Amino acid sequence: MLQFDHVSKSYPGGFVALERINFRIAKGEMVFLTGHSGAGKSTILKLISMIERPSTGRVMINNIDLSRLKRSQVPYVRRDVGIIFQNHRLLMNHTVFDNVALPLVIEGFTGKEMVKRVHAALDKVGLLDKQRCLPETLSGGEQQRVGIARAVVNKPPLLLADEPTGNLDPELSRDIMQVFEAFNQVGVSVLVATHDLGLIARMRYRTLTLKQGRMINDDLIPSRDQV
Amino acid sequence: MSILFTGRATGAKANRIGLVRRFLMFFVHHIRQALSSLGELWRTPAASFLTIIVLGLSLTLPVTLHLLVKNAQQISNSFAKAAEINLFIREDASAAQIQSLQTILKADPQITAVRHINKADAMAEFQAASSFGEALNYLTENPLPDVLVVMPANTEPAAARALMQQLAAERIVEFAKLDLEWLTRLEAVVRLMQQAVIAIALLLLSAVLFIVSNTIRLSIISKQAEIEVMKLVGATDSFIQRPFLYTGFWFGVLGGLLAFLVSETLLWGLRGAISDITSLYQSDFQLQAMNLYEFCGVILLAVSLGVGGSYLSVRRHIRAIEPSGP
Repeated sequence: MLQFDHVSKSYPGGFVALERINFRIAKGEMVFLTGHSGAGKSTILKLISMIERPSTGRVMINNIDLSRLKRSQVPYVRRDVGIIFQNHRLLMNHTVFDNVALPLVIEGFTGKEMVKRVHAALDKVGLLDKQRCLPETLSGGEQQRVGIARAVVNKPPLLLADEPTGNLDPELSRDIMQVFEAFNQVGVSVLVATHDLGLIARMRYRTLTLKQGRMINDDLIPSRDQV
Repeated sequence: MSILFTGRATGAKANRIGLVRRFLMFFVHHIRQALSSLGELWRTPAASFLTIIVLGLSLTLPVTLHLLVKNAQQISNSFAKAAEINLFIREDASAAQIQSLQTILKADPQITAVRHINKADAMAEFQAASSFGEALNYLTENPLPDVLVVMPANTEPAAARALMQQLAAERIVEFAKLDLEWLTRLEAVVRLMQQAVIAIALLLLSAVLFIVSNTIRLSIISKQAEIEVMKLVGATDSFIQRPFLYTGFWFGVLGGLLAFLVSETLLWGLRGAISDITSLYQSDFQLQAMNLYEFCGVILLAVSLGVGGSYLSVRRHIRAIEPSGP
């Protein structure tokens, strides 16, 4: 479903973030993306969510080359890709409910259907009772889960997560990973960028390892020089 | 429909909402957004009111000037109506000749009315109005000519002058007279005022446009983080810009209302001074306030400036904001 085909990305000034990256993720697969900070994890997520465009090579989703899409089509691509951000990126002066409802409002949902879907998403992350709260009043883990609910509320076929457990304790991390597994089990493709190697080792999913912009390992366990 | 995933229904289409319902929802949605933009203004009262006051006062000047010109025009119009051509008849013309000329003129479509003042009546009137009184009795014969007073159908100075020249050529007419000079002067003054109003209005209206544009620009910048998030979850530019356009709309409505209130108040305050001047010229002058059409025009103008100014900003700035990444 998702395919990187000889993708390189260099930034003005000559910094090469990615060098000839090749990989595929099948429909319904769950994959970890790991590497040191600066290895290019974020760049890969940015290319998929069309925040950046590749310098050379092709990023394809369902055999559609993303770089051939027009600027006006970018919003529609992003509706198919749920993104969970490391720093949550919530609207701080809106309630939890409003935050989660945002993708639905953008797609034109109204009334009962919208409320039903928001409640379903909040229920999955266990925050149904906090829907009237402002994000500021929630803990870091709860804010992260609001971000997850927002990413999945419109049932995207592809889910990206950038360091979703970045500053959470192990127990919370496990909870959040279980939420991802639950989505994966209903057929959603999940790509999780993380440097939490212990977590990866426990979960035993396919892992892509990046080092200085190159793919050095694509296996069930992270490569040895990472561990 | 999704671009990447064939068969993945998105948005309202997935709900299978009927066409009529969707059409209604479109309006409900817009009204809801309009009201939420109004609420947004209410939440930042200081900044919003300052902007509205600036807009209102900028619009007040052209509106007030327009009202003054309108009233001045009313005076000039009433004088134009009074414009009449006096035909002084030759001494040797017979009563029958005068009578037949009067009949011909009455039939002329360029003329609405003809009045004959014969020399005896004119003498009596002159005697009564002037202070010569008794002295006039010593005259052996009446020196005043017969006069035909002609009301032209077209009271425009140029048309009246043409008619006057045409009538002066009549055989029994000694000469024709049209008191135009001060009428043309008044018209020139009104025209000058009109042009000045247009120039001032253009300047102030473009100021309004840029004030709204700048206010919206600041508001966009202050919501940059929010706009980035909206873009990241798939909002189109037009979705993001809609609330800002509605903010411009409300600036227009409220600024226009303020301009209306202030200019009417000004006019009401100047009422005394204005009627002092006008009573010198015309007794039955009535100060004209704004009518419904003009009121709607002012609001419409203000709204289009508000929305236009807002549009100038959103086009550029919302496009420029791009999320920097997860």
